[in-house]
Amino acid sequence: MTLRRSMLFLPGSNAAMLSTAFVYKPDSIMFDLEDAVSLREKDSARLLVFHALQMPIYEGIERVVRINPLNTPFGPKDLEAAVRGGVDVVRLPKTDCAEDVYQLEAEVEKIEKACGRTVGSTKLMAAIESASGVVNAVSIAKSSSRMMGIALAGFDYVIDMQTQRGDGTELYYARCAVLHAARAAGIDAFDVVFSDLNDEEGFLKEVDLIKRLGFNGKSLINPRQIELLHNAYAPTQEDVDYAKRVVAAAEQAERDGLGVISLNGKMIDAPIVAHANRVLQRAAASGVRK
Amino acid sequence: MKIVKEALAGTLESSDLLVKVAPGGGSLEVVINSEVMRQFGVQIRKVVDETLNKLGITDGVIVVEDKGALDCAIRARLQTAVLRGAECQDLNWSVLS
Repeated sequence: MTLRRSMLFLPGSNAAMLSTAFVYKPDSIMFDLEDAVSLREKDSARLLVFHALQMPIYEGIERVVRINPLNTPFGPKDLEAAVRGGVDVVRLPKTDCAEDVYQLEAEVEKIEKACGRTVGSTKLMAAIESASGVVNAVSIAKSSSRMMGIALAGFDYVIDMQTQRGDGTELYYARCAVLHAARAAGIDAFDVVFSDLNDEEGFLKEVDLIKRLGFNGKSLINPRQIELLHNAYAPTQEDVDYAKRVVAAAEQAERDGLGVISLNGKMIDAPIVAHANRVLQRAAASGVRK
Repeated sequence: MKIVKEALAGTLESSDLLVKVAPGGGSLEVVINSEVMRQFGVQIRKVVDETLNKLGITDGVIVVEDKGALDCAIRARLQTAVLRGAECQDLNWSVLS
């Protein structure tokens, strides 16, 4: 089971952070070549990320690179560095429509062929940061077999919507639209960053909301948030105990040749059994909530 | 590749390095100062020499102030400083790998 609860943003220009972030064990590390890097350091960050990708220190952590948009002077060079460096996933910012992904995919394929990488080995994800992106989320999510996920990026989105970050009401439609698009396409969905590092209660409240909505995880800007997030996503001991009883009841019913499964007098159907199996898989992969 | 102007790359923060390059007078001079010279001096020198060799740098002054950077950072900062000093915009990935 691939867990994608935490995607930790790292400025691609910061050698210290690139050298040490693996110790925090996020599920994914996202080397940022876009907003976190000043114009004068774009060249330096690109090479730093290119070489960092080839270091063995990130073993077991999915490596993502956020490139600059392809219509900037930086985007095509960032893409070369990422694909040639062996990145797992390229994150495209400001994705407004499926055509943006088609263009990215064509460029990725050219680079894979040029450098000898297996065609199709570079996965893609799209960041949705505008009203157009939200409206086109389904076609974006289904635009390529390389797509592994879509992420909502809150800051640009609320500006485009002529509002501002608040209690989450302003993101309600976008969160639901992005999540449904991801599920319809069979890919993962990632929620926005929570920028107030000192508001642990607010962070956990937001995590609880997005977990209940169904998001796979969240973009993070500080390692302090990783453990909190992972713990909140871990099933409780009560969840695990119930899941074990559901799976045992399903197995017993199969042995007995019964079409209907019941547990404590309640009927258990296939989706409940499937959910119970997911809970057990998650517990095996991430442990039980502390 | 030829260094035609002075250039800098990197920082003096921990786990990073600052690289200064300047045009030379017909020979290559490489100065390396590192906080971990005693433990990793040989490896740092090897990475610096390999990187400059791949870039084809045979003339210039290269000063490396290392603050305990990983090999990947040494390669990246050195390449950036040289490319800036050579005013090179096109990336030849075969010499950067």
